[in-house]
Amino acid sequence: MTGAKALWATLAAHGISTVFGYPGGAIMPVYDALTYYPEVRHVLARHEQGAIHAAEGWAKATGEIGVCIATSGPGATNLVTGLADAMMDNVPLLAITGNVARHLMGTDAFQEADITGITLPITKHNYVVTDPNELPAIVAEAIRIARSGRPGPVLVDIPKDVQLAAFTGKLVKPQAAPEAISPRPEAIHAACELLKTAKKPVLMVGGGSQGASKEITEFARAWQIPTITTLMGLGAFPASDPLWLGMPGMHGSVAANHAISQADVLIGFGLRFDDRVTGRVKDFAPNAQIIHIDLDAAEIGKIVRAHLPVKSDAKQAAVALTQGAVPFEVPEWQAQLDEWKTRGEHPTTWGAAQAVRQVVARLRPDDILTTDVGQHQMLAAQLARFEKPRRWLTSGGLGTMGFGFPAALGAAMAEPGVQSIVIAGDGGFQMTAQELATLTKYDIRNCKICIINNSYLGMVRQWQELFHEKRYSEVYLGDSNPDFLKLADAYNIKGWRADNSADLETAIDAWLSHDGSGLLEVVVPNEHGVFPMVPAGAALYEMIENEPVKVPDLGDKMNVMASAPDTEISTEASQ
Amino acid sequence: MTSPFQPVSDHLVSALVRDEPRVLTRITSLFGRRGYNIKSLSVGATEMPGVSRMTFVVSGDRGVVEQAMKQLDKLHDVVKIIDHSLEKYVDRELVLVKVRVENTERRIEIRQMAEDFRARIVDAGHHALTFEVTGDEGKITAFIEQMRTFGILETMRTGRIALTRGSNADIPSHIYHDGETETLQPVLQSAPREGKAREVNNMF
Ligand SMILES: Cc1ncc(C[n+]2csc(CCOP(=O)(O)OP(=O)(O)O)c2C)c(N)n1
Repeated sequence: MTGAKALWATLAAHGISTVFGYPGGAIMPVYDALTYYPEVRHVLARHEQGAIHAAEGWAKATGEIGVCIATSGPGATNLVTGLADAMMDNVPLLAITGNVARHLMGTDAFQEADITGITLPITKHNYVVTDPNELPAIVAEAIRIARSGRPGPVLVDIPKDVQLAAFTGKLVKPQAAPEAISPRPEAIHAACELLKTAKKPVLMVGGGSQGASKEITEFARAWQIPTITTLMGLGAFPASDPLWLGMPGMHGSVAANHAISQADVLIGFGLRFDDRVTGRVKDFAPNAQIIHIDLDAAEIGKIVRAHLPVKSDAKQAAVALTQGAVPFEVPEWQAQLDEWKTRGEHPTTWGAAQAVRQVVARLRPDDILTTDVGQHQMLAAQLARFEKPRRWLTSGGLGTMGFGFPAALGAAMAEPGVQSIVIAGDGGFQMTAQELATLTKYDIRNCKICIINNSYLGMVRQWQELFHEKRYSEVYLGDSNPDFLKLADAYNIKGWRADNSADLETAIDAWLSHDGSGLLEVVVPNEHGVFPMVPAGAALYEMIENEPVKVPDLGDKMNVMASAPDTEISTEASQ
Repeated sequence: MTSPFQPVSDHLVSALVRDEPRVLTRITSLFGRRGYNIKSLSVGATEMPGVSRMTFVVSGDRGVVEQAMKQLDKLHDVVKIIDHSLEKYVDRELVLVKVRVENTERRIEIRQMAEDFRARIVDAGHHALTFEVTGDEGKITAFIEQMRTFGILETMRTGRIALTRGSNADIPSHIYHDGETETLQPVLQSAPREGKAREVNNMF
């Protein structure tokens, strides 16, 4: 047996059925050994970035580890964006890279890159395998690290001669998952006591709660606490529940943002208070006592001060808190929330919002929706209604354009029985559009692509409109976009186009009922914005609720951004 | 949790780390990326093969130091973090100080001063004496201040090292002697990975 075979044997023993990758010189022994392991399916992407985002889509939809493979040097560096993305969004991921032979490492050999050095800050851990006999143990440990605690990406770099070397060591069994961290009873008691004093309670549910959706929903209902789901937490609490207030933050709902600003007790599960969520930190939840529950102690108190820090797995904490439930009766608070809920709705005139609304209205509870990054992403987050966890996959922490389509493809492969829909912008789609080939190659039939074509890098254009006096610098795409239907056709994928509401309805019918994947291009007016919006550096309660009729004079808010006096975190207008 | 708004001061922290490639880079890059200020760092082997011990002095307010420790604690190579402010500890630093000697009279004066500090001469030349001093930070700083009056040519400090006082070891010895496991370093396998830090703050 060779090192390369030991690798596949280990992956197979861990139940890994699918890997996404791209071959090259320094990983060839691994690809050669693959032919002996038919139990593992290899999906050939058209770019390593496509492979890793597909692995992320797989992992985000299933909660299981995603695996991707690349060669040394340029192959490995093409994984960097995906690794950083997985790190930010806690995606369990194993990346395997080939490297030059051990004796060439450090000599600037052909296609050598110090990938462990490069990825050190964007992986949970990484390894160079220097002894072939250690390979299975390293891979097993890498998988355990990627899955345990706060999940994340782990990279294993294997020099070519290690792949080829005779393996005389022991294969290893999968390591048992570590036990979930339970909350201390005193902490739960204190949290219940604090909650009982609340007159304006709010529950915030983050991405770390996707695996604890059932328990958290029970907790919220038992106490009757109005509930907000962050961008990453969408779906962890059912949107149909009257307690749901929507999403907080920069493009959050009026109800969610005002609720946070007025709350007296705010309890957060599995969230890290990203600056896109908090707005100006010193005015975040200014009246609230904060109970912060997270299994990662480093997140508690990192951005926002927690009055009651609870280190725990979300599921365990929710179960414990449900037991102490005393249902709230806070009618004035509820009435106020109900009033806010009716505000900040998008107009129903034709535009990107209307287009996204029509598409997401067709989602069934099991359907997976992924997005790329930009206006369409925020619109989808505002307008889609998720009833279940792990049905909404988006690049939240890193905001990675090019994520949506390959992620939808990976999710579609993970769950062939459900429909995986991606909503992308005309900009971001082109960053990984070559993966259309992957759709065709594997005859993936349940991946539906929707491009909202506004001829612009819409989100950047919106900021230029609001904060740079409409100087639209380098954001126009309309003069050079491809004919998206022809592009799809070139890969043998069927396409539809619509530029008004009625045609869109017809096109959606045809697109969704088509037996096979398909691409729907929706042509929308160029200059629509996403509202509500909290300008960077402003407080949540300073949100602009509706699309302004003219460019708003943000006055000192502009200065706030320019001089970034909010030194607690950087609120620079970075996109 | 302690208020993050306490005055900036120095904190002495030790970490037991797996002796793996890049462990130093991992730790220093974490400090660098998050903007923590390391004032001194010393690293050395421990009695246990495969485990090194680092002691560093981090400066910042309590919140910064706690965050730094919690971030460090997440690294796979870090087996344990010890915040020395939570218990009694001994700490030492070694410094080499080269002092200018102008004439015999000065030489006598300098040697006398050095004796008061129990400084040892490790090199003697016509125009310079090099001393070795070990001690806590206060003693070393005081020695350097004294020598400044004669003219210091150069100094080199090792950075502080520390151990918790008393008979408790920072890693209970049983973890060193576990039976065979299938992992890379049997010895470290049983090191408690989850919640391994002594609670770095009074978090529930
Ligand atoms: C890889 C990458 N590059 C640049 C950006 C900055 N960025 C954020 S949104 C955006 C515009 C996206 O335009 P488009 O894909 O057309 O979507 P729209 O906003 O129009 O819906 C850009 C360029 C990013 N997030 N990711």
